[in-house]
Amino acid sequence: MKNEPLVMGIETSCDETGVGIVRGHELLADAIASSVDEHARFGGVVPEVASRAHLEAMVPTVQRALDDAGVTLADLDGIAVTAGPGLAGALMVGVGAAKAYSIATGVPVYGVNHLSAHIAVDTLENGPIPEPAIGLLVSGGHSTIMMVEDLAGKVTQLGASIDDAAGEAFDKVARLLGLPFPGGPYIDRAAKDGDRAFVEFPRGLSAAKDQEKHRYDFSFSGLKTAVARWIEARRADGEDVPVGDVAAAFQEAVCDVLTRKAILAAKEHGVETILLGGGVAANSRLRALATERAQAAGLTLRYPRPKLCTDNGAMVAALGSHLVAAGVAPSQIDFPANSSMDVEVVSLANAL
Amino acid sequence: MRVLALDTSTSAVQAALVDLDDDELFLTSFRREIDSRGHVEKLGPFIEACLAEAGWAAKDVDAVVSGVGPGPFTGLRVGMVTAAAFADGAGIPVYGVCSLDGIGGNTRGRALVATDARRKEVYWAVYEDGVREGEPQVGRPEDLPETGADYAIGEGAAKYAGELAVPAETEPVYPDLVKLVELAAPRLLALAPSEQLTPLYLRRPDAQPAKGPAVRPASGK
Ligand SMILES: [Zn+2]
Repeated sequence: MKNEPLVMGIETSCDETGVGIVRGHELLADAIASSVDEHARFGGVVPEVASRAHLEAMVPTVQRALDDAGVTLADLDGIAVTAGPGLAGALMVGVGAAKAYSIATGVPVYGVNHLSAHIAVDTLENGPIPEPAIGLLVSGGHSTIMMVEDLAGKVTQLGASIDDAAGEAFDKVARLLGLPFPGGPYIDRAAKDGDRAFVEFPRGLSAAKDQEKHRYDFSFSGLKTAVARWIEARRADGEDVPVGDVAAAFQEAVCDVLTRKAILAAKEHGVETILLGGGVAANSRLRALATERAQAAGLTLRYPRPKLCTDNGAMVAALGSHLVAAGVAPSQIDFPANSSMDVEVVSLANAL
Repeated sequence: MRVLALDTSTSAVQAALVDLDDDELFLTSFRREIDSRGHVEKLGPFIEACLAEAGWAAKDVDAVVSGVGPGPFTGLRVGMVTAAAFADGAGIPVYGVCSLDGIGGNTRGRALVATDARRKEVYWAVYEDGVREGEPQVGRPEDLPETGADYAIGEGAAKYAGELAVPAETEPVYPDLVKLVELAAPRLLALAPSEQLTPLYLRRPDAQPAKGPAVRPASGK
C-alpha cells in the first residue's frame, strides 16, 4: 500500500535513542541505541548521561533506520518526534534533530506526545484502534489511565500515579532484593516461582475513602515502603529474604491495582477496548492478569509485543503516520520540547 | 561555497549563512538572540530566516560549520545536533570548531577568553594574537592560574570582571560565526570528510539519577 504515509519517528525522552520508520500500520524499521548500561550502576537514569548518549547516537541511528527500511529521507511524508513529556535535556536532542532534518529535506515535522505514541504503537501489531479505548500506560516514567476518544487529537487522562511511577517501584524493590537495574524484567523472572499470596502488600488508593478523589489514580510509594519495612524486619530477625516470594507478592500488588482500576475505568465509561503500553506492559503477570480480568468483564484487551512496549522510535512513527493520515497539521518550526507536556496535547499543531 | 554556521555554546542562539570564496568570506545572513533557554525553539526558525533572507534553499547549502563548545551542555547540544542532522539530511559535510576560537580568533595581543560555564565557573583559554595556547579549561574565575593576559573578553569575562586578575571588557562578546567558518576554511575548501561532532564538555556528568516521574500527576480532568 504505497499511498499510506511513510513516517520517521524520533524518540529521545529518556535513555533510549529510538528511530522508527512506519508506512501506514506497517513497521519498516525500529533502530534503537540504549544507554541503559551506563545508568545501571546509579540505579536510575542519569539525565546528563542520557543526553550525551543521545547526541552521539542520533545521526547514526537515523541512518540505521533508513537503511533497515530501505527508504531515503526524501521519500518521507513526515518526521515525528517526541516533544514531551520526558527529560528536558534529552528531549531537546531529538527535537533539535527532527527540526534540522525537516528544514534540510522539506519534510514536515510533527512534535508529538510520548504517551499517545505508546498507545499508537499498538496499531503496528493489531491494526487500527477502536475508538473510544482506554489506555493503561505503565513505565518507569508514567502510570496513567488514558481515555482515547480520537488518537489524532482527543486524548484525556482519567488517572495517574500521584507519586512514584510503577516502573520506579519495580526498580526500587529490585534494588532492595539485590536485583539489577532496570528492575522490571528481573522482578518478573524472580517472581515466576514465587508465591503471589506470600505477603499481602498494600494496594494504594484502593480504600473506600479514596474512591471519590482518586478513583483512577495510583500510588506506589507506600507499597515500596511496605516492602522495604518487611525486608528490614525479616533481616532484623536474622532470617533470609525469599526473593522469589517477595518479588511475586510485590508484583501482584502492582498488577492487581493497575488492572482493577483500568477495568473499572472502561466499564464506567462504557468503553470496550483496553490497550496496554509502556515498559511495564511487558511484564508477564500484568499481561496475564489483565487478560483474565478483561475476559471476565467482557472487554477486549490489546497489547503489542514487549519490544514495542518499551520506549522506541516506532511508536512515535506510528503516531506520526496516524496524524498524517488524519490530515492533522504539522507543527510550526518553533515548537518547544516540553518535559511536562500535558497528556491532552497529542501533537503540537499550528493551533496549539 | 555556501556554509551554514551555528553556535549555541553561550546564551546567544546564533545562525548564519556565510559565502566562502577562496579565502574571502561574506556574511550573507545572520540571526542572533540572547536567550539561554531558547535554543531549541529559536535555532530552527533562525536557520529558516537566514535561508529566506539569502534566497537560498536548504539544498543550496554546501557545508555546515558548528561550534563544539565548551558551553553549558543542554544548549550546546541543541546547536550540535542541529548541525549534524541538517548536514546528514542535506547530504553535506559538517565540521566542528572550538567555540572559544570564535572569540579568541579575533583578538590581538595576549587575551584571556572566558565564557559563562554556570555554577560560578568560566570556560577559558588564552590567545596570543588570535591563536589559542593549549586546550580550553573550566574553573572559577578567581582561581585561574597566572595567564600573562593583557585583558579578558567574553560573556564570562564580562560577568566576572571583578573576580578576574586581568582587566575585562564589560561588553559581552559571543563567538563570531564568520570566524568559525574562517577557521574551518582549510577543511571546507579541501572537501575534507564529514566529522562526528563531539562536544568539549570539560566536565563529567553529574551522576544523579532523575528524580520522580517525568510527567505530572493526575490533573483530575
Ligand atoms: Zn515511555
